[in-house]
Amino acid sequence: MIDPIHQFNIEKIFTIANIGGYEIAFTNSTAYMLLSVALISLLMLGAGRKLVPGRFQSLAELSYEFVANTVRSSAGAEGMKFFPLVFSLFMFICVSNMIGIIPYTFTVSSHIIVTAALALLVFFTVLVYGFYKNGLKFFKLFVPSGIPVVILPLVVLIEIISFLSRPISHSVRLFANMLAGHITLKVFASFVTMLGAMGVAGWAGAVLPLSLTVALTALELLVAFLQAYVFTILTCIYINDAIHPGH
Amino acid sequence: MAQGLGDAKGTTAHTEADAAHGRAFPPFQKETFASQLVSLLIAFVALYLIVSKIALPKVGGTIEARQKRIEDDFAEAQKLKGQSDEALKAYETALAQARAKAQAIGAETRERLNAAADAERKALEERLAVKLAEAEKTIAATRESAMSNVQGIATDAAAAIVQQLAGLSPDSKAVGNAVSASLKG
Repeated sequence: MIDPIHQFNIEKIFTIANIGGYEIAFTNSTAYMLLSVALISLLMLGAGRKLVPGRFQSLAELSYEFVANTVRSSAGAEGMKFFPLVFSLFMFICVSNMIGIIPYTFTVSSHIIVTAALALLVFFTVLVYGFYKNGLKFFKLFVPSGIPVVILPLVVLIEIISFLSRPISHSVRLFANMLAGHITLKVFASFVTMLGAMGVAGWAGAVLPLSLTVALTALELLVAFLQAYVFTILTCIYINDAIHPGH
Repeated sequence: MAQGLGDAKGTTAHTEADAAHGRAFPPFQKETFASQLVSLLIAFVALYLIVSKIALPKVGGTIEARQKRIEDDFAEAQKLKGQSDEALKAYETALAQARAKAQAIGAETRERLNAAADAERKALEERLAVKLAEAEKTIAATRESAMSNVQGIATDAAAAIVQQLAGLSPDSKAVGNAVSASLKG
């Protein structure tokens, strides 16, 4: 039986340092993170500056305008302050997810610690900027206007809980989607090899899981992009709350 | 330090060995968290710096430059179109003016020529009328003299006829009276 979990293993390549009893190692995850950064840099820095763009330059400009439009439409012109952050998040998640679709590779965002770190980065950015820009008025975020005083405490409680649970839903959504998708893919792909080992009859039977694997790969490609987009658009919505806390 | 390194190495090796046997689900192996967090920190900060300092200004600048170029070209085209429209208007105005002027000149010339022709015709008619009157006068005088000549000839012829027939010479005055009476007769 092929282990569908094996693909998520963190393999140590070499140790960098030990800090406070924690080993800091250069792992396969590190390599894929740096690969993603390198690919994004290659795309964005390698693109030409021609008036009429070629394919490569179009892709870079398309990414730029796609994220810029997302930020502008969700968080307004003021949100463009956070454009580099949102762009980095989107490209990092999208590119690392796309790399993860390739067989034998590692998916960075299939680890909750990574998605949680990114979600907390957004959470604290919103919190710090919200208080920096609005001061105590940032608490208005938890007090929707036009609510009867009787149920106001309940509504405020719900708003606070929903605000605090944001990083959890934000990170688990991405992590769970990537994890589940890759396990499904691996399970169906392992059916192909298992049936294929059973001879001619097995080869015929392997056609179905193989075609399913192909279809699932296409679906996973969509999910890889979509989850990066969902993460990005939620980031924009949260940033919008920091800029305009009044509902 | 060395002790820590050894421990950590041992832990990681242990994890690797046991992972395949389902000891811990890889995403929940706490001993890998520190490595991943540090990796992510390094990778993401590097990405953020590259993106915010170099990549986005560059690509954004290219897009802006293109936008500006398009707007400039468009404004230039608008300006040129305005100019050509103006030129067309001026041309049409000039054409209309020239046409009006040509018509005015034509009408004036026609009137002048008509007037000249009228005057000439009138003068000609007057001259012809004078000539006609003169001719009529001449005809009348000629007829008068011719008639008087006829009477003379008739009187002479009558006298001669009478002499031949009667053999006597009649009084010329009586013959003249008789001829006159006969002519009036």
